[in-house]
Amino acid sequence: MATENAIAHHDEHRDDEGSRIGMWLFLVTELLLFGGMFFVFAVYKYVHYDAFHLASKELSALVGTINTIVLLTSSLTIALSIKAMEDGRKTLSLVLQSTTLVFALVFLVNKYFEWSAKISHGTYPGSEEMMSRPNGEILFFGLYYVMTGLHALHVIVGLIIIAVMILFTVRGSIDRDRHVHLVNAGLYWHLVDVIWIFLFPLFYLIA
Amino acid sequence: MDATTHTNGSYLSKTGGKGGIRSWIFSTDHKRIGLLYFASLAVFFSVGVVFGLLMRLELIAPGPTITDAQTYNSFFTVHGVIMIFLFVVPGLPAIFGNFFLPLMIGAKDVAFPRLNLLSWWLYLAGGLIALASVVMPGGAADTGWTFYIPYSVRSNTNVIPALIAAFILGFSSILTGVNFITTVHRMRAPGQTFFKMPLFVWALYSTGWIQLLATPIIGITLVMVGVERLLSVGIFDPSLGGDPVLYQHLFWIYSHPAVYIMILPAMGVISEVIPVFARRTIFGYNFIAYSSLAIAIFGSLVWAHHMFTAGMSGVAAIAFSAFTFLVAIPSAVKVFNWVATLYKGSITLEPPMLFALGFIFHFLIGGFTGLVQGALSVNLHIHDTYFIVGHFHYVMFGGMGFGFLAATHFWFPKMFGKMYNHKRAAVGFWTLVVGFNTLYFPMFVMGWLGMPRRYYDYLPEFHTYHFISTVGSWIVALALLIILVNLILGLAKGERVREKNPWGGETLEWRADTPPIHENWEEIPVVTGGPYDYKRNDENESTT
Repeated sequence: MATENAIAHHDEHRDDEGSRIGMWLFLVTELLLFGGMFFVFAVYKYVHYDAFHLASKELSALVGTINTIVLLTSSLTIALSIKAMEDGRKTLSLVLQSTTLVFALVFLVNKYFEWSAKISHGTYPGSEEMMSRPNGEILFFGLYYVMTGLHALHVIVGLIIIAVMILFTVRGSIDRDRHVHLVNAGLYWHLVDVIWIFLFPLFYLIA
Repeated sequence: MDATTHTNGSYLSKTGGKGGIRSWIFSTDHKRIGLLYFASLAVFFSVGVVFGLLMRLELIAPGPTITDAQTYNSFFTVHGVIMIFLFVVPGLPAIFGNFFLPLMIGAKDVAFPRLNLLSWWLYLAGGLIALASVVMPGGAADTGWTFYIPYSVRSNTNVIPALIAAFILGFSSILTGVNFITTVHRMRAPGQTFFKMPLFVWALYSTGWIQLLATPIIGITLVMVGVERLLSVGIFDPSLGGDPVLYQHLFWIYSHPAVYIMILPAMGVISEVIPVFARRTIFGYNFIAYSSLAIAIFGSLVWAHHMFTAGMSGVAAIAFSAFTFLVAIPSAVKVFNWVATLYKGSITLEPPMLFALGFIFHFLIGGFTGLVQGALSVNLHIHDTYFIVGHFHYVMFGGMGFGFLAATHFWFPKMFGKMYNHKRAAVGFWTLVVGFNTLYFPMFVMGWLGMPRRYYDYLPEFHTYHFISTVGSWIVALALLIILVNLILGLAKGERVREKNPWGGETLEWRADTPPIHENWEEIPVVTGGPYDYKRNDENESTT
């Protein structure tokens, strides 16, 4: 626990539990944000049952699986980095945070290749190829781009947040006794992971 | 932000030698942020009023009067977007919630002061984008504030900027909600349990939860409309397999709870004002507190009563109608409790009390006409007529608007250390009551007779009602002007108020200095009794 000395350095109003509550509340709003999209997905999957299955076959389950593994592992590394920080092993924590960052990049690069392959085949919203398909498939790919795109946006935001955490750690404003920011960054990153865990089967595995 | 330096000056005075605009627009002091909101809201509200007046002026006579149909469509859209997203939704929480939540719970600030400042900046950005969308080439959005599909995808006007503005404003609202909920949980003064909190705090707390749970849905829905416009993904386009009615569901899943975001804080204000000016403990404190939560919960389950004519199963329609009737119960509980508080009280009709009573009167009419529309068979008759416009304005303007003015007149001396002229405030109030009812009551009549809402032109048989209504809008404008001038005069050369408790209130904010010091308290107060212990207070006074 924090020593007397450590407290003297801090802001008087510091409230780590309050910060965590705030973060959890924010995550609730993020879940509802994606919840709206999942709701739309559920409705249209119900209406266009067969078309969704057919379209799903076109997505590479392999690429999806690789990205799932990458993201799950990155959640582990960020969790370990927090633990390392709690144990006062700053260097180890830094290494683990950086590893998370690398995983996030790998995920995005993978996504980039996946998307650009699709787009080069003419499979993107509004394309001629797309418009010649049945309605259900148009919706499937539309939702695919919007939902994984929104998720990728969250990965990018998470990436920036973790980069800032690395900076804070190097500068020493995150340390053993003051690491609630790192914990909150970890919570955000887990959210990004959890959303992907739902996106992956819904798009890649329903075929 | 050095917490160790304690400044004892008023929050309005310079901090540590720093003055100027930067000490305001970058301030993390919740009181200064409250005033930032006050100033910016006043500007946006005025713009909204102007568009409302223009709209009414166009309707003073049948046929083209001052403008063409397209511009008229933009008038009501801009009026709606500005009033809803920039005034009614943020109004009370952003100004009075920011200013008084920490004071009422004996805290030095909100839980996340910097996030609070960010909320204001987002609010400002959203507001400016909304205004920019009006003047940018392409023309102001003409979809109505509801952005109904498919027209919002096909319209050539600046729909995207309006959507972006609404999205950013939603984000600002969410952050305020997160901030307030955490503040209530973590920063109450010693001894202040949940059931010793002032009822305004309860209202803000419930509002915070609705902001948190409902706003993300509208956020993502507006994003989907934007995506649909830009990429034609087909989500809401029937020719591509989408469903426009799904948009309506998603829209109202937020926008119905949002009307409770609008009205709950106003109800909280009334619960503060009534006991002070009746000198009585509030009747049924627990019931009022729980009814806020009940409204928050039931209010989330009634959204489809906006869509009875859009097509849904009979079972669904009956369920949504039944829930609509249920939500009237907690609202009525509040009204009964306020009236019961007045019973045998020593009532003084100071300006805040006048506005509070105005709230009750108009809210009753607004509430009951809401039930009229919640009934399935009647709804078919009056759906999308002026009846709904009348109902909505009785609840929003008659409710939230009067609550807002009650709050302004109630807390004005505490915020600025000045007092306005009471007589002029009363004149403003009575002018507003007359103007308000002249403006909106004819809408019930013509709605019942079949005048559809949002129409540019109308049959001659409706002329009288529209004419009366437009005259009413001028009286309302005059009343608002009287009130505004009175407040500005009060600010500029009103009587100085130095006593902590000019009205004789019992809640914590009246124990702080007038105006409050930078960090609110020299010493954090300790709460021993309930927030409205007038009886106990009088006994104490008589024994000393």
